[in-house]
Amino acid sequence: MGDVIATNQSILVIGGGISGITAAIEAAECGKQVILIEKEPAIGGRISQLYKYFPKMCHPTCGLEINLRRIKANKNIRVMTLTEVTDVAGKAGDYTVTVKVAPRYVNDNCTACGECNKAVTGEFDDAFHLGMKKRKGAYLPYAMAYPQRYVIDPAIIGSDDASKAKAACKFNAVDLEMKAQSVTLKAGAIIWATGWKPYDAEKIQPYGYKRYPNVVTNMELERMMDPFGPTGGKILRPSDGQEARNIAFIQCAGSRDKNHLKHCSRICCMASLKQTTYLREKYGDEGKATVYYIDIRAIDRIDDFYQKVQADPNVSFVKSKVANITQNKENSNVILNGVNTEGYQRYSNEHDLVVLATGMEPSIPANAFPMKITINENGFIEQDEANGAIFAAGCSADALDVNRAVQSATASALRAIQVVNRVAGMEG
Amino acid sequence: MANTNTVMIEKYRNNFLKEVEANVEEGEWVKMCMQCGVCSGSCPLGPHWDHPPQELFMMIRAGKREAVLSSSSMWMCTSCYNCVVRCPRGLPITHIMHGLASYANKLGLAPKNQPTKKFSKIFWDNITKTGRANELKMGLSLYFMDGMGSGVKNAMANQKLGMAMMKTKRMNPMEITGGHGIKDTGGLQAILKKAREIEDAKLKKQ
Repeated sequence: MGDVIATNQSILVIGGGISGITAAIEAAECGKQVILIEKEPAIGGRISQLYKYFPKMCHPTCGLEINLRRIKANKNIRVMTLTEVTDVAGKAGDYTVTVKVAPRYVNDNCTACGECNKAVTGEFDDAFHLGMKKRKGAYLPYAMAYPQRYVIDPAIIGSDDASKAKAACKFNAVDLEMKAQSVTLKAGAIIWATGWKPYDAEKIQPYGYKRYPNVVTNMELERMMDPFGPTGGKILRPSDGQEARNIAFIQCAGSRDKNHLKHCSRICCMASLKQTTYLREKYGDEGKATVYYIDIRAIDRIDDFYQKVQADPNVSFVKSKVANITQNKENSNVILNGVNTEGYQRYSNEHDLVVLATGMEPSIPANAFPMKITINENGFIEQDEANGAIFAAGCSADALDVNRAVQSATASALRAIQVVNRVAGMEG
Repeated sequence: MANTNTVMIEKYRNNFLKEVEANVEEGEWVKMCMQCGVCSGSCPLGPHWDHPPQELFMMIRAGKREAVLSSSSMWMCTSCYNCVVRCPRGLPITHIMHGLASYANKLGLAPKNQPTKKFSKIFWDNITKTGRANELKMGLSLYFMDGMGSGVKNAMANQKLGMAMMKTKRMNPMEITGGHGIKDTGGLQAILKKAREIEDAKLKKQ
């Protein structure tokens, strides 16, 4: 990476998920100076937590690798991790952005050898694995993390573990004196790509998430499928660690519901259809998936994916929003109760495991933006002239799948380029 | 009232949904139902209904006028509001159920021997007389709802409860003579009469 000096002709991309990465790369490959900011210690975002993508069923790691190579090869991009925006001032073509950089306690001498990790002993919930697995206090965020540098958890600073990590490092990369710092950046245009977070399933009280062990979310199932994940790639029931073969999927868990998220999260139908194929992958004809839905929204060209899943005799569909979940006390199986709209029969169906297809919620709550911005009733950023040269990309703009998020990011990159070109024209 | 029924049939012909929207309390919400079924699933009395709420809504849209209005289903609603709380689209389902029941009653199509309907009538007659509920008379009317024999049986079965209520002054045996009431019973009657006139005029205007 060459030296990038932030000016009014540079573009600031906030959020290093697939949308932010795409916007940054597209702009940089057009020759623009780009700063990419990410609050986590590595870029990649939600996609890095997925096992496979629909509809091609390829592994996200593949697409991520291509994108990381493009970033590494481009001298116009500067990536700042552990960085959060605290203030945005100014106007289109002339923004001053204040960011807070949290200490990593590891400098760029790090070779990702992993000796510090071996030296420390304390364990913490691994956020990458949604708390389903533990990690140590000196860690690599995930296998493909970029930058490939370890991080020291602030929780071990001042403890024995911290000094052990420092002592174990042969490259003098551990720096326990690092402090949080505030940095001011200039930018002509800002691409806001802070993305989404899964809707908190605990809020859907009748579904018993966290009350019944065998109620999990769709993102948790993605982690289970990871060969290096908490279950080593097996779909296991949290109650007894047995393989779950008869799995129910509940659609619109929190979406299309006035009491939760009013909007349709758009991805969950396809995500569940995709996850039914995980069962086939694992168990062949031995697995059984049941999808409880209001209506399946597999839009335009991905409809043939839906048709393929429908043709699978081991996947059945029940047109019903499940009313509540109870538990069979003897075997901890989950029992789904409701009324089937096709015929209005009442059912109480027992399954090994239930997966809640939780929806997308904007990761930044409407009142938590560090600047004035137009938000719609669902909390997503609206396109509005009043936003100046702050453009939303991906799931900051709407609930989108990866394909559409990338399109949205490219569009916002183009909008940002137009602004900095105008600035360049004026500044000469 | 059967006459009103004929008028309504004539007026709305094949559009029962429109009829419901115009004449049933909160009826304009019916078309907002997306048939997810969470109301039926969460209804504590669900297994005892002929047609759960979502089915009633679909029947309204399908124009099954007779079947809907003569159904006993909406009379089963106990106003627990579980469905209203759970409905993802915020339909006031409880109110619609009462609206449908009341409309069916107005048209004379409600099922004749539905116990909830009978109870509603007893309660109404009881409370409108003096403006206050007369617990003693209401209890007796309920016990003897199905005739003398079962009435005595019911009363005997609940003897203990009745005595306890009297002991704690929740029920007064002297109420049999007429009971307590509001200050201006005549005023209440006038209000109710006027309300009835307005309601009847509304139906006639159709």
